[in-house]
Amino acid sequence: MINSLYIAWRYLVFNKVRSATLIACITLIAFLPMALQLILEESQQLLQSRANSTPLLLGARGSALDLVMNSLYFDDEVPEIISMQAADEITDTGLAYVIPLYIRFQARNKPIVGTSIDYFDFRNLQIAQGRMLAVLGESVIGAGVAEEYGLAPGDSIVSSPDTLFDLAGAYPLKMTVAGILERSHTPDDQAVFVDLKTAWVIEGLGHGHEDLSRTRDSSVILNRSEDSVTANAKLFQYTEITEENMEGFHFHGDASIYPLTALLAIPDDAKAATLLRGRYLENQQYHIVRPTEVIQGLMENIFRIKRVIDAVIAIVGLATVLAIALVFSLSVRLRQRELTTIFKLGCSRMTAVKLIAAEIVIIVLAAGIICAGLLYIVDANVETLVRMFILN
Amino acid sequence: MIEIEALEFHYPQGEFHLSIPRMSVAQGEKVAVIGPSGSGKTTLLNLIAGISCPQQGTVKVAGQTVSSFSDAGRRDFRITNLGFVFQDFELLDYLNVLDNILHPYRITRALKLTQQVQQRAIDLSNGLEIGDKLKRFSGELSQGEKQRAAICRALLPQPRIILADEATGNLDPRNKGRILDLLFENVESHGASLLAVTHDHELLPRFDRVIDFLEFRTGAAA
Repeated sequence: MINSLYIAWRYLVFNKVRSATLIACITLIAFLPMALQLILEESQQLLQSRANSTPLLLGARGSALDLVMNSLYFDDEVPEIISMQAADEITDTGLAYVIPLYIRFQARNKPIVGTSIDYFDFRNLQIAQGRMLAVLGESVIGAGVAEEYGLAPGDSIVSSPDTLFDLAGAYPLKMTVAGILERSHTPDDQAVFVDLKTAWVIEGLGHGHEDLSRTRDSSVILNRSEDSVTANAKLFQYTEITEENMEGFHFHGDASIYPLTALLAIPDDAKAATLLRGRYLENQQYHIVRPTEVIQGLMENIFRIKRVIDAVIAIVGLATVLAIALVFSLSVRLRQRELTTIFKLGCSRMTAVKLIAAEIVIIVLAAGIICAGLLYIVDANVETLVRMFILN
Repeated sequence: MIEIEALEFHYPQGEFHLSIPRMSVAQGEKVAVIGPSGSGKTTLLNLIAGISCPQQGTVKVAGQTVSSFSDAGRRDFRITNLGFVFQDFELLDYLNVLDNILHPYRITRALKLTQQVQQRAIDLSNGLEIGDKLKRFSGELSQGEKQRAAICRALLPQPRIILADEATGNLDPRNKGRILDLLFENVESHGASLLAVTHDHELLPRFDRVIDFLEFRTGAAA
């Protein structure tokens, strides 16, 4: 068999293009369904474990999937906005404690998660370097963000404008990195966490500027009365919160109507969860969802689609196998003269079969090795791929 | 070395019929076989090699009746006792010269590819003046070089008989003489017999004997 393999190897090397094409076809047909399975299994595990660890989620009535994807996996599809009033309402029931979430902005393409300190305890996130959020304008970043951008405590990260052409929008905010979280292998690794108030500053609801009552530049004053001073656009607004200007930062309006994207509701027990869900069944403004159920529905749909893809791949695979069989049968015809010669020299007709079999073995083996290599790469980067193809 | 007695052969289809009452080739003898196309010259080589079997009569090669062997036995006998040289060389385009010379050793269990065999292949190729072209593919060789490689392949298993089927048919006059010289030299040095089918009557004086096939032919084209 060694000699047959050697002759087959020489033949395959001499006919490089043909061999490479066959290997590529077999590799793809084997790799695609296995890679898909790998990605889907990982995504199911990733989605399900996160969903299972999140009891209830309250948001504006609308797409439950958008709400879960944004709140749990920081998807950039922002659900309908709710207000802080919703948090007060749940707290008043005494059935659960809530963790507010405002996930709308980004910094260097990473989601900015505006939340409270409770979030870190709830998700069991530990600080690996630096310290926890302490003052307005600070951020704590996930291990993935720190690694990707080479950030360390003391560095800063700037929020991206909401939209490129939003001329009336808020200025980007330069935030100090106070700490870096330990890797958790969850979407938290890829997020920039800020205090809710800092998120509202990015929104433009809170801002800092020079004291108008003390300014010497009269050209910034649009109108001055006994009660108030109105400035024009020339007024300098701070783009970074520092110890020096922190006192100049303030919020306007009623805090109870400040925006949130969702509330994580952690009920005291199963009974409290049931009661809480019952209360919101008929609510026209909000709905409470169980992330586990939403993700289960999503996975069922994904696997339904996968079954269709599997069927398509099976048909394409069959067509490929037939095409490869045709290539080999044509190859035998083309090599008829060679086979006649070796028969005349004294080899059996079985040798011809052995030579073809050896070629198939080498091609399948090469395809298998490449396929295994590709699957290894997919496996090593499966989390990134899941984020790329499933979560986004 | 070759003894044929009362041989009768015909193909299942067609009117061709070969009848050889008696023919022999002695050890070390160099015999040319001539005759018009279709007279059965190649058929004779096939019968001696055991590729075809006669309906009647016997073909003895090196004292053994070839047709009495099984199919596998005939193949083993062929690869160990006979060396074929073809008109179109029949070198494999995907193997280099050395691999082509060693090819018989890789397609049968009857021959064992050893270090000595590899060294012999190199020595043979040096003797046939293609030692510097062992890594080249057949497509990179001249016609003369291809036939030298084919002769090396035929001689390597040290066969008792060389069967050459128009071995010089595709060569220019200068190469014809040179290839025949090399073939004769190597056949003599190995103590083998040579049975060469040829259309080239200019080369006939160089053979020990000439067999004209016209005397055996009784049917149409082979």
